[in-house]
Amino acid sequence: MFDVAIIGAGVVGAMVARELAKYQLKIIVLEKENDVAMGASRANSGIVHAGYDATPGSLKARLNVEGAAMMEDVCKALGVKYKRNGSLVIGFDEEDRKGIEKLLEKGKANGVEVEFLDQAGVRALEPNIGKNVTCALYAPTGGIVCPYDLTIAALGNAMDNGAELKRNFAVCSIEKIPGGYEICSENSRVQTRCVVNCAGLYSDTIAKMIGDHSISVHPRKGEYILLDKECGGVVRNTIFRTPTKMGKGILVSPTVDGNLLLGPTSVDKEDKEDKDTTAEGFAEILGKAKEYVENLPAGKAITSFCGLRAAGNTGDFIITSPEQGFVNAAGIESPGLSASPAIARYIAGMLREQGLDLAENPNYVATRVSSHHFRDASLEEKNAMIKANPAYGRIICRCEGVTEGEILDAIRRNPGATDLDGVKRRTRAQMGRCQGGFCMPYVTELLAKELGIAYEDVTKCGGKSVINVEKTKGGMAQ
Amino acid sequence: MRDLVIIGGGPAGMSAAIAAFEQGIRDILILERDESLGGILQQCIHNGFGLHKFGEELTGPEYAWKYEQKVRELNIETKCNTMVLDITEDKVITATNATEGIFQLQAKAIVLAMGCRERSKGALNIAGSRPAGIFSAGTAQKFVNMKGYLPGKNVVILGSGDIGLIMARRMTLEGAKVHAVCELMPYSGGLARNIEQCLNDFNIPLKLSHTVVQIHGKERLEGVTIAQVDENRRPIAETREFIPCDTLLLSVGLIPENELSKAAKVDLSPITNGAVVDQDRQTSIPGVFACGNVLHVHDLVDFVSEEAEIAGKAAAAYIKGNTGKKVEIPVKTDGKVRYTVPQVITEQKDITLYFRVGNVYKNVRVNVTAGDKVILSRKRPKVAPGEMESVTIKKDLLNNVGSLTVSLEEL
Ligand SMILES: Cc1cc2nc3c(=O)[nH]c(=O)nc-3n(C[C@H](O)[C@H](O)[C@H](O)COP(=O)(O)OP(=O)(O)OC[C@H]3O[C@@H](n4cnc5c(N)ncnc54)[C@H](O)[C@@H]3O)c2cc1C
Ligand SMILES: Cc1cc2nc3c(=O)[nH]c(=O)nc-3n(C[C@H](O)[C@H](O)[C@H](O)COP(=O)(O)OP(=O)(O)OC[C@H]3O[C@@H](n4cnc5c(N)ncnc54)[C@H](O)[C@@H]3O)c2cc1C
Repeated sequence: MFDVAIIGAGVVGAMVARELAKYQLKIIVLEKENDVAMGASRANSGIVHAGYDATPGSLKARLNVEGAAMMEDVCKALGVKYKRNGSLVIGFDEEDRKGIEKLLEKGKANGVEVEFLDQAGVRALEPNIGKNVTCALYAPTGGIVCPYDLTIAALGNAMDNGAELKRNFAVCSIEKIPGGYEICSENSRVQTRCVVNCAGLYSDTIAKMIGDHSISVHPRKGEYILLDKECGGVVRNTIFRTPTKMGKGILVSPTVDGNLLLGPTSVDKEDKEDKDTTAEGFAEILGKAKEYVENLPAGKAITSFCGLRAAGNTGDFIITSPEQGFVNAAGIESPGLSASPAIARYIAGMLREQGLDLAENPNYVATRVSSHHFRDASLEEKNAMIKANPAYGRIICRCEGVTEGEILDAIRRNPGATDLDGVKRRTRAQMGRCQGGFCMPYVTELLAKELGIAYEDVTKCGGKSVINVEKTKGGMAQ
Repeated sequence: MRDLVIIGGGPAGMSAAIAAFEQGIRDILILERDESLGGILQQCIHNGFGLHKFGEELTGPEYAWKYEQKVRELNIETKCNTMVLDITEDKVITATNATEGIFQLQAKAIVLAMGCRERSKGALNIAGSRPAGIFSAGTAQKFVNMKGYLPGKNVVILGSGDIGLIMARRMTLEGAKVHAVCELMPYSGGLARNIEQCLNDFNIPLKLSHTVVQIHGKERLEGVTIAQVDENRRPIAETREFIPCDTLLLSVGLIPENELSKAAKVDLSPITNGAVVDQDRQTSIPGVFACGNVLHVHDLVDFVSEEAEIAGKAAAAYIKGNTGKKVEIPVKTDGKVRYTVPQVITEQKDITLYFRVGNVYKNVRVNVTAGDKVILSRKRPKVAPGEMESVTIKKDLLNNVGSLTVSLEEL
């Protein structure tokens, strides 16, 4: 029997697992997909919000500010790239100016460093800013992080400390058993004393499995366009528009990896599986982004994607315990990524109050070797690593300069990649300007070899997402 | 210090090396990131290579092999599995491989011969999901021809570039059904001979002025919606049509692979996406030359070899101290001619100007003018963006010329 089962391997589930791995607990993470970070934690803006815009007094505001303050240390321990690049909320007219003034007040109430900039001030900070921008709120503590890198590293660290991960485990029912719960998927079951429901968009469905009908979550779609690394320097800060009821609007931001991210749109939906990008979305993103930034290099798009926000029915994070031993983390929409370390600490506190014994794990190691350890090494260190392991001298992904050694690490290290997208998220192989055109056949080969599966059984992202369907006539003859 | 370092061991790199050797240069090194020489030709197992150069129809690997043998015969040093990571303005090359680690070389002259890569789907912003089953045509070519695996059975191809056309035939021969080749433009970007031999001979429909507007399928591709486009290339809603398929191949253009050239601060042309060069294929940095697909995208490898010989010869001359501009004649274009290579002439000698046009034109005259004087005029029954054109200007015509303009006159 496990002490804690965490449902969902998004950033919240991963952070909860890492937080609880500090204690002598048997932990299991159950994830319905073939990899971790497959929900909102994969497709979001990656902004560590400074915390100026949450309603003062809300759980969102509190955990955002706490989480953002923890983020730098967490990223350092996990070897995750984090950059405090600053946030700018820009305004074009009088109404925006009023909105910005309100934000300034909120920010101060939340204890966040914020500053008002006039047109010249904005231009001094961002020379490429749109001509019609008249003023801005500047939050120097706003930062950026790679959300899936953070999720993978947090869960990897939890696993290095003993937590288990079960993939392709879609929870379909939860039964009460003496002393805890039995959690079932279609073909497997797990017994546990406590449950933490971090199932994102489906956290309402999971809560209903134990009779908690208080939560409902609906998807709100956000589409993005990602531009080539050539464009990463167009702006330095994350540029937001003055927010509206529907959210923070389209943003233009550098990513920690040096690309330029445009998006997200914000459209309420019914279908929790609809991650299609749309022509309307592209038009909206490019239209707005062009107002923010002069001469936006829109032609340099390398990919587009879509994330679904898990909008809850209260407007705040829903972190509740409907019964002893069961905790919900539902409605974790933005700034859920920023808040995630604080959410995890908060939930650990709830479990302790409910009687879970949090005895420290004396063997706990808080750090994880970075996924970028080779890339970030000095020339001498790299050469030593190549000498010890020549695979680090073989470049597989030409656009991003990813070596065979790094890809093998991604497959072998917790939580190991088992498909092409998994390798991509961990190493950036196939993520550059040619989007896998050159290296996909090689990465496929490495996965097949390492996992001991047939070449044609390698998938893009699990399930039926195979890359090759059969051997060719010539291939069969061999 | 090495005399000549060549980046890329495709047909361009090999031809340049051989040409420099024949001019007496002995200290030559070819760096190639792949495990063998030959470049992209290794996966082009169809024939149609070498018609111009050798007067016979060779397959890609056969064509490459002719050059590789020569490189071996001449004992030109090559390092495969070696990726060049950086080049500086001062011609310091940083490269890496599994045996030597990351190392640096100083070269007297460099030939850039890195080839090109295919444009990816991202650049197109096609709406819909992102399932498995979407490949660039070159990736599919690699799976089928090099790895022996078929990436799908029901195929739609977007873009009618040559690789797409070749793959339409290849996938058909392997038992897949190619439902359509959609081309956004009202004409194909591929060679006329490939449309005939790869599509028409197999009854594969070429849908001009069509594009893919939506991708369907969660895990593996389940279909695409295509639509006709109007003259502004905007999809016409009423013409939307769903085609069930498990594979979408993209053949939507090639982009010269110029990250290293950028690092070295070589001037690039926004039109070719390759370096700006003179008649010797010398770039804006003296002693750095470029040839092959890294300079501008070629449809026929024969012309790549020809161009690389020019670059290799010139690199040899540079190493021997034979440098310096003698004249400076910029070559301009009207809108109909998109670009020329070279873009500037720095020595008065017989010059062949290669160029591409921006649209299909019938019955035209190609005019080369100096000031307002037409110094050369050649008739062409038809010119198309998919076929590279050339004109040769005799040395004497360049007397006292300030600049040249290449233009098209419709008759
Ligand atoms: C468009 C967009 C932009 C955003 N921008 C930001 C931002 O800039 N900054 C910020 O701080 N936050 C941002 N957020 C919010 C942030 O992404 C989320 O708050 C965070 O990722 C939520 O993490 P999670 O773990 O709760 O959910 P998820 O990452 O969605 O994880 C839930 C997991 O549960 C799994 N699961 C679901 N059902 C089951 C089941 N039955 N059995 C097993 N597993 C199951 C899913 O597969 C998934 O892996 C944004 C969100 C979106 C969508
Ligand atoms: C997918 C594809 C299919 C084609 N099919 C046909 C066809 O059917 N018929 C036809 O006539 N033409 C075809 N072509 C065009 C023809 O192959 C080219 O004209 C010719 O191969 C170009 O030669 P190249 O030497 O310039 O480039 P390439 O053949 O691409 O060679 C460039 C070489 O440089 C190496 N390189 C690049 N960067 C580095 C680096 N940083 N360090 C070390 N090495 C590096 C590459 O690995 C490669 O081997 C095709 C091109 C492509 C891209």
